[in-house]
Amino acid sequence: MQITLRDLVTMIHGMLFGGLFLMACFGVVVLPHRSLATGESAILTQAGRGRERLYLIAMVLLGWAAVLSGAYLVYPWYRAAVPAGVMDLGAYPQRLLMSDPRTAGWHTLGMEWKEHVAWMAPMLMTTVAWVMMKYQGTGEEHRRVRAVVTALAVVAFLAAGIAGEFGALLDKHAPVEGGRVITLRQDAR
Amino acid sequence: MKEAREAVPNGAAGAAILAACLGCFALGVLAMAGDGSKAVARLLPFYGPTGPLSGVSTVAILIWLASWFGWNHTWKGKQIALGKVSVVAFVLLALGLLLTFPPFEDLLLGK
Repeated sequence: MQITLRDLVTMIHGMLFGGLFLMACFGVVVLPHRSLATGESAILTQAGRGRERLYLIAMVLLGWAAVLSGAYLVYPWYRAAVPAGVMDLGAYPQRLLMSDPRTAGWHTLGMEWKEHVAWMAPMLMTTVAWVMMKYQGTGEEHRRVRAVVTALAVVAFLAAGIAGEFGALLDKHAPVEGGRVITLRQDAR
Repeated sequence: MKEAREAVPNGAAGAAILAACLGCFALGVLAMAGDGSKAVARLLPFYGPTGPLSGVSTVAILIWLASWFGWNHTWKGKQIALGKVSVVAFVLLALGLLLTFPPFEDLLLGK
Protein backbone atom coordinates (compact mmCIF):
# COMPACT_ATOMS: atom_id res chain seq x y z
CA MET A 1 0.00 0.00 0.00
CA GLN A 2 1.85 3.01 -1.31
CA ILE A 3 1.29 6.66 -2.11
CA THR A 4 3.56 9.25 -3.70
CA LEU A 5 4.54 12.35 -1.75
CA ARG A 6 2.76 14.64 -4.23
CA ASP A 7 -0.40 12.55 -4.03
CA LEU A 8 -0.32 12.73 -0.25
CA VAL A 9 0.26 16.50 -0.10
CA THR A 10 -2.48 17.10 -2.71
CA MET A 11 -4.86 14.97 -0.67
CA ILE A 12 -4.04 16.84 2.54
CA HIS A 13 -4.52 20.17 0.73
CA GLY A 14 -7.82 19.27 -0.89
CA MET A 15 -9.54 16.70 1.23
CA LEU A 16 -8.29 17.56 4.70
CA PHE A 17 -7.82 21.35 4.70
CA GLY A 18 -10.15 22.24 1.81
CA GLY A 19 -12.88 19.72 2.59
CA LEU A 20 -13.05 20.53 6.29
CA PHE A 21 -12.94 24.27 5.54
CA LEU A 22 -15.89 23.92 3.18
CA MET A 23 -17.89 22.01 5.80
CA ALA A 24 -17.00 24.56 8.48
CA CYS A 25 -18.07 27.40 6.15
CA PHE A 26 -21.44 25.76 5.67
CA GLY A 27 -21.89 25.63 9.44
CA VAL A 28 -21.15 29.35 9.68
CA VAL A 29 -23.64 30.10 6.88
CA VAL A 30 -26.38 28.17 8.67
CA LEU A 31 -25.84 29.53 12.21
CA PRO A 32 -26.47 33.27 11.68
CA HIS A 33 -29.09 32.55 9.01
CA ARG A 34 -31.05 30.52 11.54
CA SER A 35 -31.00 33.31 14.11
CA LEU A 36 -32.00 35.83 11.42
CA ALA A 37 -34.85 33.66 10.22
CA THR A 38 -36.24 33.00 13.67
CA GLY A 39 -35.72 36.50 15.04
CA GLU A 40 -33.88 35.09 17.99
CA SER A 41 -30.25 35.42 18.85
CA ALA A 42 -28.72 32.41 20.48
CA ILE A 43 -27.86 32.94 24.12
CA LEU A 44 -24.71 30.97 24.73
CA THR A 45 -23.13 30.08 28.02
CA GLN A 46 -19.54 31.14 28.67
CA ALA A 47 -18.37 27.64 27.73
CA GLY A 48 -20.53 27.72 24.59
CA ARG A 49 -19.00 31.01 23.53
CA GLY A 50 -15.55 29.58 24.06
CA ARG A 51 -16.31 26.55 21.90
CA GLU A 52 -17.82 28.77 19.20
CA ARG A 53 -14.65 30.87 19.14
CA LEU A 54 -12.57 27.71 18.87
CA TYR A 55 -14.72 26.54 15.93
CA LEU A 56 -14.32 29.87 14.15
CA ILE A 57 -10.55 29.98 14.71
CA ALA A 58 -10.17 26.37 13.49
CA MET A 59 -12.21 27.22 10.39
CA VAL A 60 -10.01 30.22 9.59
CA LEU A 61 -6.82 28.21 10.09
CA LEU A 62 -8.14 25.45 7.80
CA GLY A 63 -8.94 28.04 5.12
CA TRP A 64 -5.49 29.54 5.20
CA ALA A 65 -3.85 26.10 5.35
CA ALA A 66 -5.81 25.12 2.23
CA VAL A 67 -4.82 28.13 0.11
CA LEU A 68 -1.22 28.29 1.33
CA SER A 69 -0.58 24.57 0.82
CA GLY A 70 -2.30 24.80 -2.56
CA ALA A 71 -0.37 27.83 -3.79
CA TYR A 72 3.05 27.01 -2.38
CA LEU A 73 3.20 23.20 -2.42
CA VAL A 74 0.77 21.74 -4.97
CA TYR A 75 0.56 24.53 -7.56
CA PRO A 76 4.34 24.58 -8.29
CA TRP A 77 4.13 20.84 -9.12
CA TYR A 78 1.07 21.49 -11.27
CA ARG A 79 2.66 24.29 -13.33
CA ALA A 80 6.24 22.94 -13.47
CA ALA A 81 8.01 23.53 -16.78
CA VAL A 82 8.76 20.49 -18.89
CA PRO A 83 12.52 19.92 -19.24
CA ALA A 84 13.84 19.67 -22.78
CA GLY A 85 13.57 16.19 -24.24
CA VAL A 86 10.83 14.97 -21.90
CA MET A 87 7.96 13.49 -23.90
CA ASP A 88 5.84 12.00 -21.11
CA LEU A 89 3.76 14.84 -19.66
CA GLY A 90 2.32 12.74 -16.83
CA ALA A 91 4.33 14.63 -14.20
CA TYR A 92 3.42 18.04 -15.67
CA PRO A 93 -0.38 18.40 -15.28
CA GLN A 94 -0.71 21.92 -16.70
CA ARG A 95 1.27 21.01 -19.82
CA LEU A 96 -0.65 17.76 -20.14
CA LEU A 97 -4.00 19.58 -20.10
CA MET A 98 -2.81 22.27 -22.51
CA SER A 99 -1.45 19.72 -24.96
CA ASP A 100 -4.97 18.69 -25.99
CA PRO A 101 -7.71 21.16 -27.04
CA ARG A 102 -10.27 18.85 -25.45
CA THR A 103 -8.69 19.27 -22.02
CA ALA A 104 -7.15 22.77 -22.28
CA GLY A 105 -10.29 24.36 -20.81
CA TRP A 106 -9.67 22.61 -17.51
CA HIS A 107 -6.64 24.85 -17.19
CA THR A 108 -7.73 28.05 -18.97
CA LEU A 109 -11.06 28.20 -17.18
CA GLY A 110 -10.79 25.78 -14.26
CA MET A 111 -7.36 26.43 -12.82
CA GLU A 112 -7.20 30.09 -13.89
CA TRP A 113 -10.44 30.75 -11.97
CA LYS A 114 -9.72 28.44 -9.04
CA GLU A 115 -6.25 29.78 -8.31
CA HIS A 116 -7.59 33.30 -7.74
CA VAL A 117 -11.12 32.86 -6.41
CA ALA A 118 -9.84 30.45 -3.76
CA TRP A 119 -8.01 33.27 -1.93
CA MET A 120 -11.25 35.15 -1.40
CA ALA A 121 -12.68 32.42 0.81
CA PRO A 122 -10.21 32.66 3.73
CA MET A 123 -10.07 36.46 3.49
CA LEU A 124 -13.85 36.68 3.76
CA MET A 125 -14.16 33.95 6.39
CA THR A 126 -11.44 35.56 8.54
CA THR A 127 -13.57 38.70 8.50
CA VAL A 128 -16.74 36.73 9.21
CA ALA A 129 -15.11 34.94 12.14
CA TRP A 130 -13.62 38.14 13.55
CA VAL A 131 -16.94 40.02 13.37
CA MET A 132 -18.83 37.07 14.85
CA MET A 133 -16.40 36.91 17.77
CA LYS A 134 -16.31 40.68 18.25
CA TYR A 135 -20.11 40.95 18.27
CA GLN A 136 -20.73 37.63 20.00
CA GLY A 137 -23.73 37.88 22.28
CA THR A 138 -24.64 41.45 21.33
CA GLY A 139 -28.17 40.37 20.43
CA GLU A 140 -30.77 41.92 18.17
CA GLU A 141 -29.26 45.40 17.85
CA HIS A 142 -26.66 44.08 15.42
CA ARG A 143 -29.10 42.26 13.21
CA ARG A 144 -27.82 44.13 10.15
CA VAL A 145 -24.22 43.22 10.99
CA ARG A 146 -25.25 39.56 11.21
CA ALA A 147 -27.11 39.79 7.88
CA VAL A 148 -24.09 41.28 6.09
CA VAL A 149 -21.76 38.73 7.68
CA THR A 150 -24.07 35.89 6.61
CA ALA A 151 -23.99 37.20 3.03
CA LEU A 152 -20.18 37.31 3.14
CA ALA A 153 -20.11 33.75 4.46
CA VAL A 154 -22.34 32.62 1.57
CA VAL A 155 -19.97 34.22 -0.96
CA ALA A 156 -16.96 32.67 0.78
CA PHE A 157 -18.68 29.28 0.76
CA LEU A 158 -19.37 29.60 -2.98
CA ALA A 159 -15.78 30.70 -3.67
CA ALA A 160 -14.44 27.75 -1.68
CA GLY A 161 -16.90 25.46 -3.45
CA ILE A 162 -15.79 26.62 -6.91
CA ALA A 163 -12.15 26.15 -5.93
CA GLY A 164 -12.78 22.75 -4.39
CA GLU A 165 -14.90 21.46 -7.26
CA PHE A 166 -12.43 22.54 -9.92
CA GLY A 167 -9.58 21.18 -7.82
CA ALA A 168 -11.22 17.76 -7.70
CA LEU A 169 -12.03 17.79 -11.42
CA LEU A 170 -8.54 18.95 -12.37
CA ASP A 171 -7.02 16.22 -10.27
CA LYS A 172 -9.25 13.72 -12.04
CA HIS A 173 -8.11 14.83 -15.50
CA ALA A 174 -4.45 15.52 -14.75
CA PRO A 175 -3.47 14.42 -11.24
CA VAL A 176 -0.53 15.92 -9.43
CA GLU A 177 1.55 12.89 -8.62
CA GLY A 178 5.13 11.73 -8.36
CA GLY A 179 7.99 12.31 -5.98
CA ARG A 180 9.10 10.00 -3.21
CA VAL A 181 7.06 6.83 -2.76
CA ILE A 182 5.70 6.42 0.77
CA THR A 183 4.86 2.89 1.88
CA LEU A 184 1.87 2.96 4.19
CA ARG A 185 1.60 -0.79 4.67
CA GLN A 186 3.78 -3.68 3.54
CA ASP A 187 1.95 -6.42 1.65
CA ALA A 188 2.30 -9.71 3.55
CA ARG A 189 2.98 -11.63 0.34
CA MET B 1 -30.00 46.49 29.36
CA LYS B 2 -31.18 47.04 25.79
CA GLU B 3 -29.79 50.60 25.80
CA ALA B 4 -26.40 49.34 26.94
CA ARG B 5 -26.38 46.80 24.11
CA GLU B 6 -27.33 49.42 21.52
CA ALA B 7 -24.28 51.40 22.57
CA VAL B 8 -22.04 48.72 20.99
CA PRO B 9 -20.84 50.56 17.88
CA ASN B 10 -20.85 48.93 14.45
CA GLY B 11 -17.79 50.78 13.12
CA ALA B 12 -15.36 47.92 13.68
CA ALA B 13 -17.64 45.52 11.80
CA GLY B 14 -17.98 47.99 8.90
CA ALA B 15 -14.21 48.40 8.73
CA ALA B 16 -13.63 44.65 8.60
CA ILE B 17 -16.35 44.05 5.99
CA LEU B 18 -15.26 46.87 3.67
CA ALA B 19 -11.59 45.91 3.93
CA ALA B 20 -12.24 42.25 3.09
CA CYS B 21 -14.24 43.22 0.01
CA LEU B 22 -11.55 45.71 -1.05
CA GLY B 23 -9.00 42.90 -0.71
CA CYS B 24 -11.12 40.69 -2.99
CA PHE B 25 -11.45 43.52 -5.50
CA ALA B 26 -7.67 44.07 -5.41
CA LEU B 27 -7.20 40.35 -6.05
CA GLY B 28 -9.39 40.57 -9.15
CA VAL B 29 -7.66 43.71 -10.46
CA LEU B 30 -4.18 42.26 -9.89
CA ALA B 31 -5.13 38.93 -11.49
CA MET B 32 -6.34 40.77 -14.58
CA ALA B 33 -3.36 43.14 -14.61
CA GLY B 34 -0.98 40.18 -14.38
CA ASP B 35 -2.75 38.51 -17.26
CA GLY B 36 -3.02 41.59 -19.44
CA SER B 37 0.34 43.27 -18.96
CA LYS B 38 3.71 41.61 -19.36
CA ALA B 39 5.34 44.39 -17.31
CA VAL B 40 3.02 43.70 -14.36
CA ALA B 41 3.39 39.95 -14.80
CA ARG B 42 7.17 40.31 -14.46
CA LEU B 43 6.76 42.07 -11.09
CA LEU B 44 4.35 39.55 -9.57
CA PRO B 45 6.30 36.31 -9.11
CA PHE B 46 7.40 36.87 -5.50
CA TYR B 47 8.08 33.15 -5.27
CA GLY B 48 9.31 31.68 -8.54
CA PRO B 49 7.73 28.21 -8.47
CA THR B 50 4.27 29.68 -7.77
CA GLY B 51 4.68 32.41 -10.38
CA PRO B 52 2.51 35.57 -10.57
CA LEU B 53 -0.10 34.06 -8.22
CA SER B 54 2.32 34.59 -5.31
CA GLY B 55 2.46 38.35 -5.97
CA VAL B 56 -1.24 38.70 -6.76
CA SER B 57 -2.28 37.02 -3.50
CA THR B 58 0.39 38.66 -1.32
CA VAL B 59 -0.37 42.20 -2.52
CA ALA B 60 -4.13 41.62 -2.20
CA ILE B 61 -3.65 40.37 1.37
CA LEU B 62 -1.48 43.39 2.21
CA ILE B 63 -4.13 45.75 0.79
CA TRP B 64 -6.82 43.92 2.79
CA LEU B 65 -4.89 44.06 6.07
CA ALA B 66 -3.66 47.65 5.63
CA SER B 67 -7.14 48.94 4.77
CA TRP B 68 -8.64 46.96 7.66
CA PHE B 69 -6.12 48.53 10.03
CA GLY B 70 -6.78 52.01 8.62
CA TRP B 71 -10.58 51.86 8.64
CA ASN B 72 -10.63 50.14 12.01
CA HIS B 73 -8.49 52.95 13.39
CA THR B 74 -10.93 55.53 11.98
CA TRP B 75 -14.28 53.83 12.71
CA LYS B 76 -13.57 51.83 15.87
CA GLY B 77 -15.91 52.97 18.61
CA LYS B 78 -18.15 54.84 16.16
CA GLN B 79 -21.59 54.16 14.78
CA ILE B 80 -21.44 54.24 10.96
CA ALA B 81 -23.97 53.96 8.12
CA LEU B 82 -23.50 50.23 7.73
CA GLY B 83 -26.06 50.02 4.92
CA LYS B 84 -24.06 52.36 2.68
CA VAL B 85 -20.76 50.75 3.62
CA SER B 86 -22.21 47.30 2.83
CA VAL B 87 -23.43 48.44 -0.60
CA VAL B 88 -19.96 49.71 -1.50
CA ALA B 89 -18.40 46.53 -0.06
CA PHE B 90 -20.63 44.20 -2.06
CA VAL B 91 -20.09 46.16 -5.28
CA LEU B 92 -16.33 45.74 -4.75
CA LEU B 93 -16.79 42.06 -3.96
CA ALA B 94 -18.93 41.45 -7.05
CA LEU B 95 -16.38 43.23 -9.25
CA GLY B 96 -13.58 41.22 -7.66
CA LEU B 97 -15.43 37.97 -8.34
CA LEU B 98 -16.16 38.98 -11.94
CA LEU B 99 -12.54 39.96 -12.59
CA THR B 100 -11.29 36.55 -11.49
CA PHE B 101 -13.70 34.80 -13.88
CA PRO B 102 -11.52 34.08 -16.95
CA PRO B 103 -14.17 34.66 -19.68
CA PHE B 104 -15.02 38.09 -18.21
CA GLU B 105 -11.35 38.95 -17.81
CA ASP B 106 -10.67 37.92 -21.42
CA LEU B 107 -13.60 40.06 -22.56
CA LEU B 108 -12.16 43.13 -20.82
CA LEU B 109 -8.67 42.42 -22.15
CA GLY B 110 -10.02 41.90 -25.66
CA LYS B 111 -8.59 38.39 -25.95
